[in-house]
Amino acid sequence: MSNSTASRGGGTQTVPPTREGSPTASGPAGRAPRPEWRQRLTRLDVRLSPYLYISPFFLLFLVVGMFPLAYTAWVSVHEWSLIGGKGEFVGLDNFREVLGNPYFTKQLVNTISIFLLSSVPQIVIAVVLAALLDNQLRGRTFWRMSILLPFVVSPVAIAIIFGSLYGDRYGLINELLGHVGIDPIGWHTERFASHVAVATMVNWRWTGYNALILLAAMQAVPRELYESAAIDGAGRVRQFASITLPMIRPTMIFVVITSTIGGLQIFAEPRLFDETNARNGGSDRQFGTITMLIYDFGWQLRDLGRASATAWLLFVVICVFGIANFLLIRRVGALGGER
Amino acid sequence: MTRRPGFLVYGLLTAFLIGSAAPLYWSFLLGSHTKEIAAQGVPPLLPGGHFWSNAERAIATIPFWKALGNSLLVSTVTACSVVFFCTLAGYAFAKLRFRGRGPLLVFVIATMAVPTQLGVVPLFILMSEFGWTGTLTSVIIPWLVTAFGVFFMRQYLVDAVPDELVEAARMDGCSQIRIFWHVAAPAARPAAAILWLFTFMQVWTDFFWPLIALPNSNPTIQVALNQLQSGFFKDYSLVLAGTTLATIPLLVLFVLAGRQLVSGIMQGAVKG
Repeated sequence: MSNSTASRGGGTQTVPPTREGSPTASGPAGRAPRPEWRQRLTRLDVRLSPYLYISPFFLLFLVVGMFPLAYTAWVSVHEWSLIGGKGEFVGLDNFREVLGNPYFTKQLVNTISIFLLSSVPQIVIAVVLAALLDNQLRGRTFWRMSILLPFVVSPVAIAIIFGSLYGDRYGLINELLGHVGIDPIGWHTERFASHVAVATMVNWRWTGYNALILLAAMQAVPRELYESAAIDGAGRVRQFASITLPMIRPTMIFVVITSTIGGLQIFAEPRLFDETNARNGGSDRQFGTITMLIYDFGWQLRDLGRASATAWLLFVVICVFGIANFLLIRRVGALGGER
Repeated sequence: MTRRPGFLVYGLLTAFLIGSAAPLYWSFLLGSHTKEIAAQGVPPLLPGGHFWSNAERAIATIPFWKALGNSLLVSTVTACSVVFFCTLAGYAFAKLRFRGRGPLLVFVIATMAVPTQLGVVPLFILMSEFGWTGTLTSVIIPWLVTAFGVFFMRQYLVDAVPDELVEAARMDGCSQIRIFWHVAAPAARPAAAILWLFTFMQVWTDFFWPLIALPNSNPTIQVALNQLQSGFFKDYSLVLAGTTLATIPLLVLFVLAGRQLVSGIMQGAVKG
């Protein structure tokens, strides 16, 4: 029996021997197995196995996902030191302190600014890139792979590399700008410029990835739609605006929502872009983000209570932006469809 | 839109290609010149001959090999675990009938939108309670099975395994786990490979949680790069040589399996 099952590969061939083989395997030799017992066992197997198979996910999510999110609320209403542990109940004091902290407002604005600078151009370029790839190209796989190259570089490495490219004094970018007569820009020191620099890193890593997702959606659009539109005299741009864009709307929503959730939690890029020793997003935190503030409160100032309060506030921000984006994209897509 | 593309399309794609590769070349370029040349801004556009000596200095500055080993271990273990548990759960959601299947699946999908990073504080407290902070266990545990993986495998297995096959095996008295092992698991292989790659990459590039959970003496490669940058931020030849070196493993993976990555992203998109 074991020999026949050892030959893997096909599923069906291995099944028949089981019926004859299993009694000797399951019961002690010489005793005939009771059929009822086996039947009950089988029924139990059929009924319980699915739950057994899905349980690892739910158990783990309970422990490392759900519990921490809820427990964050508990920590946030206490004095809680990284070293000393739980202290007094302080109500909403942590929230008040965080909201009253000038860095919170500043870093919230930074986060949103970097997020907008990275998500809007990224989606637009990704759509263009996907449209370029949605052609009968020679070397299709090569081009697709080429735009995915940045995706395998870690955000940490990207931040270090771009930190050098955007060097205030000797960087490549300022050097190139000098050739066209533009004065050096303080990529690390000026607030808006630093947001552009950090956003560039995000865009560099994710545009190709999102372009591939959008490309897949574009290729799922039935080709007949374009043919009939062409017969009706619709030009290329017009076809793109009134067929392609509305058809890929669900995918756009997916891309936008995922980039919102990721983009608002940005941490590695601004942290490693900072060349000062404090690592808080520049000397005046001109490009510090909310997640960096969580880290600062929790693991530099060792105040887990305030870190948790900040985490909850960020959660609220993410929800607001997620919903706003969803509604926005639905609107935009619907308008495109009506035209 | 299927038309024969012209020069414009190829030109633009080439521009994107250059844009994708240029920062990596820059990293290698500065890393291959001496400290003095790198400090003076844009170096000659051909690599200098100092990459290995710079890389050796970088390796001596941080626990490089230990970090590389840690990253390899953590990424491999997590990727294997994710593939196993997610295939199992994905199979149950795709092919087995049980009470609450629909709502539970919706729940799994919904958890993907929960920014679990925000739970770092309790996660840290939890890991301290177990005495795992500072050990690799603390960075492996949270990733053992992912919602994305469950959903991804479910979507694949719905079509990849015919219902009749599962039913026939069951009629023949095959136990559930054997049906999974002999019918579903072989069919799941292509998707499992893609999921493995993705998880490996995700864990390899993760930074926020390892930075919190691991000490400087026992880092992953990302945490080690962080140390490199903070100690010697002026010496770009050293920092970028180290960064280039640390990027090579994933570049190798990309060369070997980039094709699968591309198709994985595109498959996940259409069905997701």
